[in-house]
Amino acid sequence: MNLRRLLAMALKEALQIWRDPRSLAVALLMPLMQMAILGYGVSLDIKHVPLCVYDQENSQTSRAVVDRFISSGWFSVSHVITRYSGIRRAMDRGACIATIVIPVNFSRTLSATGSAPIQAIFDATDVNTTNIALGYAQGVVAQANADIVAQWDAAHGVQSSADSGVQLDPTVWFNETLDSRYFIIPGVVAVILALVGAQLTSLTISREWERGTMEQLISTPISALEVMLGKLIPYFLIGLVDATFCLSVAIFWFDVPFRGEIATLFVTTALFNLVVLGIGYLISVRIRSQLGASQIALLVTMLPTTLLSGYTFPIDQMPAPIRALTYIVYPRYYVTILRGIFLKGSGLSDLWGPMIGLSLYAAGIIWLAARAFQKRL
Amino acid sequence: MMATPADTAIRVQGLSKSFGSVRAVASISFDVVRGEIFGLVGPDGAGKTTTMRMLAAVLQSDEGEIIIDGVNVAAEPERVKRRLSYMPQRFGLYDDLTVSENIFFYAELFGVSRTERTTRSETLLNAAGLLSFRRRLAGQLSGGMKQKLGLVCALIHTPKVLLLDEPTTGVDPVSRRDFWAILYDLRESGVTIVLSTAYMDEAERCSRLALLHAGSIRYCDTPARLKEAMPGALLSVSAADPRGVREALAGKPGVLGTLLMGDRVHVRVDDAGNRIPELQALFEQRGIATAPIERAEPGIEDVFVALVGGGSRS
Repeated sequence: MNLRRLLAMALKEALQIWRDPRSLAVALLMPLMQMAILGYGVSLDIKHVPLCVYDQENSQTSRAVVDRFISSGWFSVSHVITRYSGIRRAMDRGACIATIVIPVNFSRTLSATGSAPIQAIFDATDVNTTNIALGYAQGVVAQANADIVAQWDAAHGVQSSADSGVQLDPTVWFNETLDSRYFIIPGVVAVILALVGAQLTSLTISREWERGTMEQLISTPISALEVMLGKLIPYFLIGLVDATFCLSVAIFWFDVPFRGEIATLFVTTALFNLVVLGIGYLISVRIRSQLGASQIALLVTMLPTTLLSGYTFPIDQMPAPIRALTYIVYPRYYVTILRGIFLKGSGLSDLWGPMIGLSLYAAGIIWLAARAFQKRL
Repeated sequence: MMATPADTAIRVQGLSKSFGSVRAVASISFDVVRGEIFGLVGPDGAGKTTTMRMLAAVLQSDEGEIIIDGVNVAAEPERVKRRLSYMPQRFGLYDDLTVSENIFFYAELFGVSRTERTTRSETLLNAAGLLSFRRRLAGQLSGGMKQKLGLVCALIHTPKVLLLDEPTTGVDPVSRRDFWAILYDLRESGVTIVLSTAYMDEAERCSRLALLHAGSIRYCDTPARLKEAMPGALLSVSAADPRGVREALAGKPGVLGTLLMGDRVHVRVDDAGNRIPELQALFEQRGIATAPIERAEPGIEDVFVALVGGGSRS
């Protein structure tokens, strides 16, 4: 290994990136666009769930409950009906996903006993949406009940015991992970880093073949390892810049809580970067056309990162064979690590499992990449 | 490792290479002496590029041995690469780097010191007439300038052996002259040069030539001795209709071969003294107007056609 040759290669590659508008766009603009598109577009949150209201009592108290639903922002009233059969019709037309029915003796029961039922009916055609809407509804009711119980206690001069009054399921009590954006954004960062890193490096060797510069390059004393490392250095730095950018947007723009340490984030991101660049380089060595290489790179980064990394589809809910498959999908480890760092504040010691997975991956890929390139026509 | 005499820069023995069923190079052998300009001459498809690539250690041979500067190429390709410079047929430098950046890159790859790089690139750029183009992107240079830049980059370290694959194809005459001036200077300083060419006038400038045809070396000698080896004598016929002349000569006794050279026809005959009057009479009889038939000095193209057969470019 000769440092001068290595640096010359890195410098040459950096200059070429700098002068190639396409590479620059992929390096700098793609993360920006994807962060916006995926950050906003792929949010699993549902707002303004169309709600059907059947207020049988129509009292001040019952209207206050309906207002709570509306003011939460999760629901908007699409229908107000006056007959039970109206629910079925509205649901069938898809005019609403949820219906609340407030019984005729609602306020009376509530003031007498401190507890009163509300019926909530959900259209479960889309299970996912229903689950989320149900969570929201429980949240809204729970918050309303908190006030109601406090008022009731004040009015009656007693302290309600915890199990009296309205029973709440504490698991849905404004569980903040209900905000799917917190869950999605770290995954988005992984997707972007994988896409951009592999895209850029997939071109690096195929470009030399395509432009006819490879023949002269391999006639010089530069070693295959120097070619690889020299070429990867600029892309590694770009990857870190992109990561910093994406993670900053996640934290400062999308307000994803960051509870871990920057150092942990840096180490794991660097490791992930290594894997991604190694994969791109490997593709580039194998496929001598730039177009072919970038297509393959897109395929091997896009599919596993979006489908099998747990970025949108929870790994726990996958069938066992598919779940087993996720272990060979490198983004899985990074997505797990990122969520751990962001949401749980995990340190390196907590993350040893996915860290080992990612490290093995990085070592394997780099080993393959280093052996793949031969200085031969 | 085979011992080579001190003055042998390159020894090639029984070198072969096939691509599928095509035998691109078929067991060729030659020695190149230190300080020689050795030319591989032949038409396209003769195996010139394949041979150059194997010499440059970028292509593995199927059989045979190449020793460059005492180093076996197959055994130690990387060690050989430090001693030679190779300029591929297709422009191999970076279009999106400037002239200076390309030079810097190759200087670094060969570990040339900074001071040496500065003085050497100055001298070479000056000789190539590229001094004022240092900041220009290589992709924006003309064909001739690109080839000269290629040479500058190939010479930025001091190679013992310089391999040039059709270096002046598509190069204007002025750049070609600059190019050759640099090559002659190199030869003076003891650099061994191997170049391939399809241009016969360029072949004349080499100290020794290997005439390559269908993957084999048919003849290998100095241009002068190759000309001597050409059987028969050469006549030149100038005519308004050179093709007509050529047709009239087909199958005539004593005519060994004809070659169109623009508005002239080179006619190779067994005996100049007897055949000149015969041919003159033939043209008059057929009513073909020609200038008086003259004896001509053979060029390498005549020699190539006479010795190897077949047509060639230029």
